[in-house]
Amino acid sequence: MSNHRAYLSVYSKLLFKAVILVCVVWALLASHCAISGTVGYPSVSSADLDTLQQQGAYLVRAGNCMGCHTAKGGKPFAGGRRITTSFGVFVTPNITPHETTGIGNWSETDFWLALHEGKSRDGRLLYPSFPYTEYTKVTRRDANTIFAYLQSLPAVDQINPPHEIPFPYNFRPLLYIWRALYFKAGEYVPDPSQSVEWNQGAYLVQGLGHCNACHTQRNILGANAEDALAGGQIMGMNWYAPSLLSHIEAGSSDWSVNEIVELLSTGITGRAVASGPMATVIRQSLQYLSKEDLQAIAVYLQSISDDKKNYASVTVPSVSMEANDNLMSGKQLYQTYCQECHGSSGEGEPGIYPRLAGNRSVTMTSPLNTIRSILDGGYPAVTEENPRPYGMPPFQQILHDKEIAFLVSFIRNAWGNSANRVTEYDVERSRSIGIE
Amino acid sequence: MHLQVQADSYASIFYKSGHGLSFVLRKPSGSSKAGMMYSILIVCALSFLFPNLADAVPDTMAERVKPCTICHGKEDRAEQHVYYPRIDGKPWGYLFNQLRNFRDGRRHYQPMAILLENMSDGYLMEIARYFSELDLPDFQPERHMMQSGEIDLAEQLIYSGYPDRNIPACSNCHGQTLMGTIPFIPGLLGLPRTYLTAQFGSWRSSGLVRGQVSDCMSEIAKKLTDQEINAVAKWLAAQIVNGKPDPSVALLPELAQRCSSIVKVEYPE
Repeated sequence: MSNHRAYLSVYSKLLFKAVILVCVVWALLASHCAISGTVGYPSVSSADLDTLQQQGAYLVRAGNCMGCHTAKGGKPFAGGRRITTSFGVFVTPNITPHETTGIGNWSETDFWLALHEGKSRDGRLLYPSFPYTEYTKVTRRDANTIFAYLQSLPAVDQINPPHEIPFPYNFRPLLYIWRALYFKAGEYVPDPSQSVEWNQGAYLVQGLGHCNACHTQRNILGANAEDALAGGQIMGMNWYAPSLLSHIEAGSSDWSVNEIVELLSTGITGRAVASGPMATVIRQSLQYLSKEDLQAIAVYLQSISDDKKNYASVTVPSVSMEANDNLMSGKQLYQTYCQECHGSSGEGEPGIYPRLAGNRSVTMTSPLNTIRSILDGGYPAVTEENPRPYGMPPFQQILHDKEIAFLVSFIRNAWGNSANRVTEYDVERSRSIGIE
Repeated sequence: MHLQVQADSYASIFYKSGHGLSFVLRKPSGSSKAGMMYSILIVCALSFLFPNLADAVPDTMAERVKPCTICHGKEDRAEQHVYYPRIDGKPWGYLFNQLRNFRDGRRHYQPMAILLENMSDGYLMEIARYFSELDLPDFQPERHMMQSGEIDLAEQLIYSGYPDRNIPACSNCHGQTLMGTIPFIPGLLGLPRTYLTAQFGSWRSSGLVRGQVSDCMSEIAKKLTDQEINAVAKWLAAQIVNGKPDPSVALLPELAQRCSSIVKVEYPE
């Protein structure tokens, strides 16, 4: 009898625990779902295929899928673009719905596993050159919507060449180790202490927008270092993606939300111009985002940027007489080649030619982008708001490395600017463009 | 206040942010001389009030194409193993196609590809049209020693071709005056011999424009001998530039077909 009672007692306790556990799990799931509902995009019934595909097209823009999955002058989404990294050359796959050369045979779940887990349909692990480390934050619903759009594209019969990855990186099982160290699958979890708008911005920046892929320094194994969005040299490209946290780089704590939106949608504002790879991101992706989404991104970016007062001022070592002579040479070069557009005091012309005095992309620690702008020149992104931009001539064929070093050193230290001088060697190193 | 009244009577003033001040003068209905005087007065007064008026960035194509004209001047130029052909006065369709070829990687030259990376078709078209409408620069015909046999050979290729070798006459596509056919085929005069032979070399190696389905110029260049290329290049470089292309000259349908990738492109209105 007492035994029986003891059994009952044990059972009831177990049952009680089980019920509690179920309740807790249910509550967690419920709360998670409730919060998840605040990011991503509203569900569309699959009967409304047009709207679904339209929304998918929008999300594909936001994720800039064609940026990598379309070769220069190639068929959209048919892949074949070569992405040069320190591990070798990756060739992007065809993601049109062609049955044998594309992803025509894939199911929604296959696609989800690739995006969310970084696993291909055949179970192979994907290289993180495909930014599943960021895309994992995309909601299942948005992933399905993207898939619906990709499946609606014209199928392109195109076999792309294999990756050119030397040993040991071509040994894919190594990715198990890499993933154990650096990858955690999981949808974006909204921060309940923040607004819906902020969470939507964070969702886009951390997930689909994969800003991390460039704006975070990668370590020796190609993984993003801890300090997300703290800036870094773009892998395989001789450009520096400035920190989105630091106010001495591209942090936006003292920018208005409207100005951030203006830069991301038009490519140019009164005080900044997006150049190099960022101009391309604006042309291909950001200019097509809705005002609401851009505003959400701006609210988020503004919130993560540090405050000016938390930063010690940058000290620049004093310079020798010889260096001063070099600055004078730089000034003469400036007067000959730059002043006509950028003005005698580096004041520029708002919305046309960028101001150089007090321009953070001129004075930030890495002089790389300034050097590359002088070498390559370039036009800002052509956008709906800025359809006929003025441009910067390339000077690589006119100025020698030494002259560019003098010029950049001068610009970095004129009109109140203060930053380290650059050397001929810095310029020489910057001449290679890295990627094809 | 007084100035404002004058301005209202004679001029409409538009202020564009970032572009300084620009204004349009309307002629007064009365005496045009007095109107002119008033206009000058207003301009002077305004320049005094807005001293940076003269410094404003001109809202012109010339200003917008500064990145082009730093290299592509009035004349062909060679510097540090790079050749910069003149582009003024070349047909717009030809220029537009080359701009797109550079941007989209069909014609490979990295500095051009980087410069044009983020340009739209519409803007490239505007740039192409701008350069096409500029006057052809003066060209000093080059002097080359040519044997009479060499001259005959060049003229045979230029005006008759070799139908049995399936080589059309240059003039069939590039026009009887060799100044090109509008809008896609460039002229052949006013170009130095070195540029012409270099282009032939690129065509022969299929390296000039890659991935074209009907690569007519490559096919023709591959059929020519070194001797023929040299003769044609010397002959062409020695000619006097002969005006602009004749807009009434159209490409023969047969050749338009043969060079369809050059003459049939989708382009924005």
